[in-house]
Amino acid sequence: MEETKPTLFKITFDGIEVEVEPGTTIMQAARKIAEADRSNDALVPPAMCYYEPLKGTGGKCRACLVKVTQGSAKDTRPMPKLVPSCITQVQDGMVVENTTNPAVLEARKGVVEFLLINHPLDCPVCDQAGECHLQDFAYEHGAAKTRYEEERRTFDRHDLGPYIQLHMTRCILCYRCVFTADQITNKRVHGVMHRGDAAEISTYIEKAIDNDFSGNVIDVCPVGALTDKTYRFKNRVWFTKPVDAHRDCPTCSGNVTLWYRGEEVIRVTARKNEWGEVKEFICNTCRFEKKNTSDWTIEGPTKVLRSSVISANKYRADLVKKPDFALKLADSQYKPIEDSREFVTDQDKIRQLSIENNDKANHRSQLAEKN
Amino acid sequence: MAKKILTEYINVPGIDTFEVYRKHGGYTAVEKALKTMTPEEVVEEAKKSGVRGRGGAGFPMGMKWSFLAKPEGVPRYLVCNADESEPGTFKDHYLMKMIPHLLIEGMIVSSFALGANKSFIYVRGELMYVIRILERAIEEAKEKGFLGKNILGTGYDLELVVQPGGGAYICGEETALLESLEGKRGNPRNKPPFPAIKGLYQSPTVVNNVESISNMPWIINNGGDAYAAIGVGRSTGTKLISASGHIRKPGVYEIELGVSVDEFLNSDEYCGGVRDGHYLKALVAGGSSVPILPAHLITKTANGEDRLMTYESLSDGGFATGTMLGSGGFIVFDETSCIVRNTWNFSRFYHHESCGQCSPCREGTGWMEKVLHRLEHGHGSMHDIDLLVDISKKIEGNTICPLGDAAAWPVASAIRHFREEFEWHVTHPQEATRPGAVYMGSAALV
Repeated sequence: MEETKPTLFKITFDGIEVEVEPGTTIMQAARKIAEADRSNDALVPPAMCYYEPLKGTGGKCRACLVKVTQGSAKDTRPMPKLVPSCITQVQDGMVVENTTNPAVLEARKGVVEFLLINHPLDCPVCDQAGECHLQDFAYEHGAAKTRYEEERRTFDRHDLGPYIQLHMTRCILCYRCVFTADQITNKRVHGVMHRGDAAEISTYIEKAIDNDFSGNVIDVCPVGALTDKTYRFKNRVWFTKPVDAHRDCPTCSGNVTLWYRGEEVIRVTARKNEWGEVKEFICNTCRFEKKNTSDWTIEGPTKVLRSSVISANKYRADLVKKPDFALKLADSQYKPIEDSREFVTDQDKIRQLSIENNDKANHRSQLAEKN
Repeated sequence: MAKKILTEYINVPGIDTFEVYRKHGGYTAVEKALKTMTPEEVVEEAKKSGVRGRGGAGFPMGMKWSFLAKPEGVPRYLVCNADESEPGTFKDHYLMKMIPHLLIEGMIVSSFALGANKSFIYVRGELMYVIRILERAIEEAKEKGFLGKNILGTGYDLELVVQPGGGAYICGEETALLESLEGKRGNPRNKPPFPAIKGLYQSPTVVNNVESISNMPWIINNGGDAYAAIGVGRSTGTKLISASGHIRKPGVYEIELGVSVDEFLNSDEYCGGVRDGHYLKALVAGGSSVPILPAHLITKTANGEDRLMTYESLSDGGFATGTMLGSGGFIVFDETSCIVRNTWNFSRFYHHESCGQCSPCREGTGWMEKVLHRLEHGHGSMHDIDLLVDISKKIEGNTICPLGDAAAWPVASAIRHFREEFEWHVTHPQEATRPGAVYMGSAALV
């Protein structure tokens, strides 16, 4: 029998049509759009828990919720709830709204707020600052102010062996490290204990993680909850220079990124793709013990893409590309008030109003326009 | 007297033993189903009966059964959800304690219909003595040949396992229950795939409530059409209601769906009315997770029609003026109960029981509880009331499992209907924090 090629599914994502293979998730389809045209990077739903190299991740953080306005070509009804794009598979003729749907942006704002209420916001002393996904997520999608007044939940810091420190207070419970421990190391002694907002990542009776690949939990952590003890407080990410290098390693592929401060290698990490996902997991010897340039064959500077403060001056308002969806949202949400005294139609006025309402995305665009 | 299906013989002495249960017509459904019917016919009867899931969601049981995938060579499982832990609901506990053989008979018939050879009853861990009752009953049934290998010589095998849970509310959610049953942490799974496709041990699985399954023997004996004849419209059959709160006669009552709320609340056959010298203030009709109703919307809907104890009538008016039948936890509040305190209490429960997997529920339930605590203790502000509404909106519908919705609805509805009382807590903190003080309406404060 002749093997039939799977027919491609055509989906519409924020008005852009793309053809993908059956079984693809909405998130992967959106990434495909962005890979074809880099100007569409902002359309890709943010992912805090989803991690493509690890099986079973996703669906937990609810950051990537999108609205499906048409289930498929056959069944044109919209899906009743917002769906997590990282685990929802596409159907032929599906129409998805992400940045064009106010409900999605509103829900995402809510998720930012929820993730931050128990986060210590100690970015000034956190090693992850600068490459933290939560920072990016909060900056791009959140509100500037918090409405949370109560005490934040805190935990003690734990050393998981000689190389890794767990600072549970910063954790957003994405479960990525649990999946990592489960899938790339044997004899997992690392999991989640307790429930609700008292849930914590923990090792079995405070056991040290002793495994050749345990260091990878640092790379997968989206926040600064799992940090490299050999790098702690050494430097800020944006002062270091990433360089691709490899060595002949008996345990792993040996392909890494070296982070230089002057002549000194202060950190070794796995190479990551543009979505912040590890390409190849590396072993602890490469990560923690080979910190001399002479140990490595240098390939050249790492190409730094998207979501990095290192290359793009990401947070400088004058360089930020104007996110037009924010303006669209402000327009769509604007309702003229029935008031004979003043009738606002002026776009500048509308922006001014949204600044007063702490709409940061708009504020940014306002600044961008001024410059 | 209304028709009784589940509780007809519940007060017969010794009904928890095999002999007495058998004498009162027990296990005839097993004989009838296994000897004279095919599994498809049993499913057809369940469909005809229109019996809806009694655990809270109200999804038609026959439909659920017909969705079960039946791939070759893969075992199928039936799991009975006896992890009843919603505040205000205690019907399954009562049923299993009083008449355990009814559930076991239902399990045998249902397992036969679904082609399951190993079925589980997942009982919440706190009910250890009920687990012992069930295990003894299973032993008896096994001795008499109604369980085990080659039941009644028909060649059908069934093993029934009682599994104690760890006492987590979240394990009443069907996929969390399956995770827990597999020995893992009780976190709900992402759906799809639904349990009917990939459930317990990645095999097709049906999860049903105790009460739903216990209806099966009667349906087999009397036919699905006879069951469908009871009740009103799409709410067929009878329902156990756990009545609690400020009423004369709290307890578990079996009602025919379609009895009016007024009759259920006030007649001597059922609750017997609000306790002497007091009057009705609010009602939670289906367990703590459904929206609370103020007095004027309880016996009449917003259109002025009589409100009936049916799935449709209780949800008449949507969430603006309606509620849900849910799991049948009928909690009555008289004028001495403080709605803010009660909402805080419910919220505290959901905060404690959130599994912590997805962020809106993990963080939002805790936040709502803290804000409500502040309001109740006289430290709140007017902003907090709107903040609560906003938080509940951001949780609702954005979580993996319905626990997020269950946490959001009571808060949102309490503020919708009793906003004045919340405001009174803000404007009169000293009076509000006095023990036993309750908002009596603006007139009472003068």
